[in-house]
Amino acid sequence: MRYEPLLERMPTTRIPSFTDREGVSRGERPRYAEEAPFKIHGGCGLMGICDESGSLMSGEVPIRAMAVQRDRGNGLGGGFAGYGIYPEFPDHFCFHMMYHDLRAKEDAEALFDRYFQIDLAEPMPTRPVKGIGDAPLLWRYFLNPDPHKLEAAEMTPEDFVVHSVMLINSTVDGAFVASSGKNMGAFKGVGFPEEIGHYYLLEEYEGHTWVGHNRFPTNTPGWWGGAHPFTLLDWSIVHNGEISSYGINSRYLEQFGYKCTLGTDTEVAAYLFDLMLRRHQLPIELACKALASPLWSEIDRMPAEEQAVMRSLRAVYGPGMLNGPFAIVLGFNGGMVALNDRIKLRPLVAARQGSIVMVASEESAIREVLDAPDRVWAPKAGEPVIATVSGNGSPVHSDLHLSADEVSCAVTGMLETCDAVEVS
Amino acid sequence: MPISLIQPEFKVHIDYDKCHKCGRCVQQCGWSVYSFNERPIPDDSKCRACHRCVTYCPAHCITIRKNDLALRDNANWSPALRQGVWRQAETGGVMLTGMGNDKPYLSIFDHLLLDACQVTNPSIDPLREPMELRTYLGRKPSAVEVTSDGNGGFRLAEGAGVQKNIKLDVPIIFSPMSYGSVSLPVHRSLAMAAERLGILMNTGEGGLHADLYPYADNVIVQVASGRFGVDPEYLNRGAAVEIKVGQGAKPGIGGHLPGEKINREVSETRMIPQGSDAISPAPHHDIYSIEDLRQLIYSIKEATDYKPVGVKIAAVHNVAAIASGIVRAGADYVHLDGFRGGTGAAPQIIRDHIGIPIELAIAAVDQRLRDEGIRNQASIIAAGSIRSSADLAKAIALGADVVAIGSAALMALGCHMCQGCHTGSCSWGLTTQKPELTRRVDPEWGAERLTNLVSAWSHELQEILGALGVNAVESLRGSRERLRSIGLDEQTGRILGVKPAGV
Repeated sequence: MRYEPLLERMPTTRIPSFTDREGVSRGERPRYAEEAPFKIHGGCGLMGICDESGSLMSGEVPIRAMAVQRDRGNGLGGGFAGYGIYPEFPDHFCFHMMYHDLRAKEDAEALFDRYFQIDLAEPMPTRPVKGIGDAPLLWRYFLNPDPHKLEAAEMTPEDFVVHSVMLINSTVDGAFVASSGKNMGAFKGVGFPEEIGHYYLLEEYEGHTWVGHNRFPTNTPGWWGGAHPFTLLDWSIVHNGEISSYGINSRYLEQFGYKCTLGTDTEVAAYLFDLMLRRHQLPIELACKALASPLWSEIDRMPAEEQAVMRSLRAVYGPGMLNGPFAIVLGFNGGMVALNDRIKLRPLVAARQGSIVMVASEESAIREVLDAPDRVWAPKAGEPVIATVSGNGSPVHSDLHLSADEVSCAVTGMLETCDAVEVS
Repeated sequence: MPISLIQPEFKVHIDYDKCHKCGRCVQQCGWSVYSFNERPIPDDSKCRACHRCVTYCPAHCITIRKNDLALRDNANWSPALRQGVWRQAETGGVMLTGMGNDKPYLSIFDHLLLDACQVTNPSIDPLREPMELRTYLGRKPSAVEVTSDGNGGFRLAEGAGVQKNIKLDVPIIFSPMSYGSVSLPVHRSLAMAAERLGILMNTGEGGLHADLYPYADNVIVQVASGRFGVDPEYLNRGAAVEIKVGQGAKPGIGGHLPGEKINREVSETRMIPQGSDAISPAPHHDIYSIEDLRQLIYSIKEATDYKPVGVKIAAVHNVAAIASGIVRAGADYVHLDGFRGGTGAAPQIIRDHIGIPIELAIAAVDQRLRDEGIRNQASIIAAGSIRSSADLAKAIALGADVVAIGSAALMALGCHMCQGCHTGSCSWGLTTQKPELTRRVDPEWGAERLTNLVSAWSHELQEILGALGVNAVESLRGSRERLRSIGLDEQTGRILGVKPAGV
């Protein structure tokens, strides 16, 4: 049985024509697959900022932090995610949608009408910005699953939402879900990040946590959906790096059912977090230690109990260890986690000013944003920087029960991943 | 005696102008090539080109050449095939041989190329930065469960974490070679080297000699179909127990160690009467199916307080499904031996025509175990002609956890691959029990040479990892993305999970 019966059959859904990943014949509308028939190489800049007191800061802050890191990107992708930005709809899922054309919008909205109670649907506020062109139709929807459909599907609201994301991304031709979490949103596109930020009027939002990204892809034209951050519910991931262990990381994840189809390290990192945090219920600190393991020589010097934990982590999660240069920021509704590779081959600078924790690829971004940081430091290789907004600590959704391939499908929207989705 | 049609394979040439007439060659040759009548006189027909005499001649006056006799060209009837027919017409017997398959089958390792980092990710210099080769051999849980330790830290949950794994400092171990097929000094060399290197040697099926008890933490004890030397003490002495089902050089074939090789010490170690032939049946007569194997695995585990138990099989056509069954039967590792693996003695027809290449076996087994979600439940040891650190790196990239080296280890001890192991006359004192020959190997010297070889390969593996931009071997393991094929057909590439060079 395919996934469709879960949400009933979708009469409006058109399966797009496509051949294979190498064949690149999906018609006019862009999808991830076109961008990444093979592994993507590239560098980037990133930032993350979190006020642990929960106080809100303007979207101008991440824009400024990214603007001074402009030359870390090449104008082929920029994006932000903000948390706490929709205080008027804190308990609604907010879908940020990208539509290739009106027909895609109609199809997706038919799906929304059928399965959700929509409390507000509106075009995403934007302004014309020089350098930004060829934008898709951008809409956002504040909604919650229809209680009857939810009951019929026997799912938690989170599962229901991710299934819907999966359906839209994979089967509604020309529609893409940029983000789908509560009280958060992703704002991304093709351009330099400060242009993208201004295009989305980011300075009019206020959030307690922001992440930003500047992209320097080396072999791809870039498209709006392919910019960072990547999201799943309220998770967002921005990433700078090239994981030299991608080959085994992806094969390792495939063993658990994830489908690594994008050829991007970011996708792999997202699945590894999902595997370790949600499915294996590892504490975030240990998940970071598994992703950027200490050296054996360090482990051998640890106290016995800690040594036993670390030895097992490395032996078990060794195939998932991200080896090679990376800096990564995982944003979630309770804060953010920033992590560097195990021998610090990519830049990551951190700072604290009162209750504000900030990380960035370059210190210039920190100096631009924080006027008097108490402390600025370079986090050691593999040492995570964790910031949590009081009372909101865990990045784990206990109400999410997705299988690995469902997660893959939701993130990528690729048909071949979704074809594998079966629910018994 | 009727004349033989078989002509000598080699010509022994002595430069008598330089010859000291010292008789060293007569003394050194295990094959009795030389007689002495005022000067050494070689009998070419006995020479196996093992170079023992060449190496030890003080005058450096001996040269071994191929016997360059022309036979009429025939692409179908190679000289070797013609000689086989003549030999069998003479003897009526099965042709025996030693070492591994020497036929010119395609070498897949030689058609695989490794990657390196340029620009977008940095390569790493192993001389200046850590480069980790440590490997844990054995079953691992799919996840690690922890509980809070009450002080903001974490400890392993009850019974969680990695248990009963063997720590290897480098992902190379020594292949099983039994005491009996090889000499005691060889076994001692292997054991001493294994201890120094932080790795394992493997007893093979001939039991564990008392001289090796001090090295037992670095020894895998093997249980083969003959059950030679197996008792509860033996099982408990080793770091792990290996059930040998098959061998790459002779899949489906048992073993036969002739009575002449069963001297007092071999007989004590094997627990069989002196001078009796040691016959290993082709199958284990208590394993006729997978459920029998499971019972034996768990019998051994019960007898050893749950030491790791591995299963060695020859790489055969259906190896992936067999390996999957072995893992599900409870094995902590699967030891795959490819069709080029060596042997002390095997029928040549079997050695040269049965089994599949280790490269394909690794790829098929690793993928199958992943498809079934059980790859973490067992390690994969790959053997069957690992000839250099390049083969080692490629085997690991295809999915092996550890490689085992046998032929290369013997070569470190002097073996020149003359393929005469089955004769018991090894001039280098390796595959013989003749005391005048076995004493040629000083275990201290042997251990140093083996340690050198494995250390050298380890350094080279570190260089390869550095070029690949990773600093731990687990990041190469199974990372087929770092391999490309050149000159392999598409189907083979698909089975290997390796893209062609250029994409």
